[in-house]
Amino acid sequence: MQTILEIKNLSKTYGELKAVDGISFKIPAGICFGLLGPNGAGKTTTIEMIEGITKPSSGEIFYKGKLIDKQFSQEAGIQFQSTALMDFVTVREILKLFSSFYEKTLPIEQLAQQCNLDSFLDQYATKLSGGQRQRLLLALALINDPQILFLDEPTTGLDPQARRHFWQLIESIKQQGKTIILTTHYMDEAEALCDHLVIVDQGKIIEQGSPQQLLGRHFDTICIQLDDAEIARIPNDIAVSVRQINDQIQIETDQLEQTLSKLIDAGVNLSSLRIRNRTLEDLFLKLTGNQLREALQEAL
Amino acid sequence: MKKTISLFQARNREFMRDKASLSWNLVFPLLMIIGFVFAFSDDNKPLFKVGYLEPAVINSEASEMVRDPVSYPLKHPHIQWIPFADLKTGITRVKHHQIDLMIELKAAPRYWVNTDSRQGVFLEQLLLDTGINPTLKQPVTGKAVRYIDWVIPGVLGMNIMFGGLFGVGYVIVRYRKNGVLKRLQATPVNAFQFLAAQVASRLIIVVGIAIIIFIGCDIFLDFMMLGSYIDLLFIATLGSMCLISIGLLAASRTDSEELAGGLLNALSWPMMFLSGVWFSLEGAHPAMKQLADWLPLTHMVHAAREIMINGTELGQLTTEIWILSAMTLFFLSLASVLFRWNRN
Repeated sequence: MQTILEIKNLSKTYGELKAVDGISFKIPAGICFGLLGPNGAGKTTTIEMIEGITKPSSGEIFYKGKLIDKQFSQEAGIQFQSTALMDFVTVREILKLFSSFYEKTLPIEQLAQQCNLDSFLDQYATKLSGGQRQRLLLALALINDPQILFLDEPTTGLDPQARRHFWQLIESIKQQGKTIILTTHYMDEAEALCDHLVIVDQGKIIEQGSPQQLLGRHFDTICIQLDDAEIARIPNDIAVSVRQINDQIQIETDQLEQTLSKLIDAGVNLSSLRIRNRTLEDLFLKLTGNQLREALQEAL
Repeated sequence: MKKTISLFQARNREFMRDKASLSWNLVFPLLMIIGFVFAFSDDNKPLFKVGYLEPAVINSEASEMVRDPVSYPLKHPHIQWIPFADLKTGITRVKHHQIDLMIELKAAPRYWVNTDSRQGVFLEQLLLDTGINPTLKQPVTGKAVRYIDWVIPGVLGMNIMFGGLFGVGYVIVRYRKNGVLKRLQATPVNAFQFLAAQVASRLIIVVGIAIIIFIGCDIFLDFMMLGSYIDLLFIATLGSMCLISIGLLAASRTDSEELAGGLLNALSWPMMFLSGVWFSLEGAHPAMKQLADWLPLTHMVHAAREIMINGTELGQLTTEIWILSAMTLFFLSLASVLFRWNRN
């Protein structure tokens, strides 16, 4: 696949703090690229350097093989994590305003239909609900029919239904062959939407690959969960690890059938049993949690 | 251009639909004028004002006595002596009842008095009773300039000042603080297009409101307007541009509404008191006059007052026009260089 965006040794420092520390990656055209990391990892700074909002301290950004320039803003769609809109201006007027900024634009009716804005087109943009507002911001990001779309934590603060609805919108945009760069705190969102992930922590890339590649690389165990009331009956040699997390026992095993047999033999009540595959959330906690612990040890 | 026009229209809509802000912009200056009409409607003020040529321009034949007007026989605590650099200005003030008498302090002094002015006639009698016999009485006539006639250009100027400084300053700081500017930065809109739209929108709003207030006040107060309306509009527009550019400068970097408010107050309050809005700077301390000359409102109010009260044409106001133009250019350039989209 053709590379649409390439980042080379990108860094951003604020005084002594290195917010982004020489990161490099390539994004093939037409995929959903996920940028993950804990708070303060440098995700938003990285995205904003690509968008032209923040000036890099060093490094290069190439769009379609050329150093990024002013034309990039004509071809990019951007949805920030938090954006206020002008007061006393309706959704339709905001869409018209943003239409006037670009050389090539989609018809407002088409955008309204695509992002389900029809029912509140004539309402003031500041009076919308969280889900409506995010859909409007997505419509603004799509108004120039962009080839590359940046979505910075687009579903933060939305209820589960609104989140699922938003995912469907993003899926439909993916179907159009657009490249999407997504940052999110929700691992289920990244797992559902992203084709390729880069995980950053403390300004550096600590892992990258497709969700399946990453899970396969880091986990060869399955997770069994039980109520913690059963902990006394669980044999010591049952699995790779047994941990108590809140009111749950988490058993990690690479031999599911044998482990279940041992639990039955030990008389463990399996009515609360739940078996699940490892998720990106497990991976995220493993990677970023380890990183934080190592940093803490180094500091000590 | 399309981007600037769209931003201009959006800002206008935002302002016009904000009913609270709009009504305050219209009502506040009217309330102030009405208040001042009541406060200064007493025409029987005990103070007399006598104008004279500054000693430096008095003819060498003048005696030592007349070089020092305080020792002049009309010396009295209720008579204020006001020096003028030229006779013409003093005579115009007599015509408009702004001073009661103008004396040329020569050995054979001439004096100018408005025979329609009760105070002028009274003061003339006092002058003749001193034993000094002015050889040439110079009667003049003219419509009295009431305080309201004099203060209207100042109040209009003050309203333009507040509208220009705070209207554009606060909006930009709010846009920066809540992320509107950041969102616009991510579009192909550049800083010049954005700022041009803000200036144009605020200019239309400020001048438009000034016109509404002007018409409203004229209906209720029937104030003096001797000059050209076009000339006055030109001065109001130029002055508005200058004050808006100062508002842009104050808001060019900060994202704190408190800091912006402090800066704008620090700029507006000296102008309100030192620019001749409420009282004349004639006779004020030279240092105060020098300070006032650095304030754009001084030049706008002075030019507007000249047009309204004296019927002065633009060609005679080139000093004010050049100063306001230079200040506008300087502040706009500096604001565009310092302008920042982001909070950090």
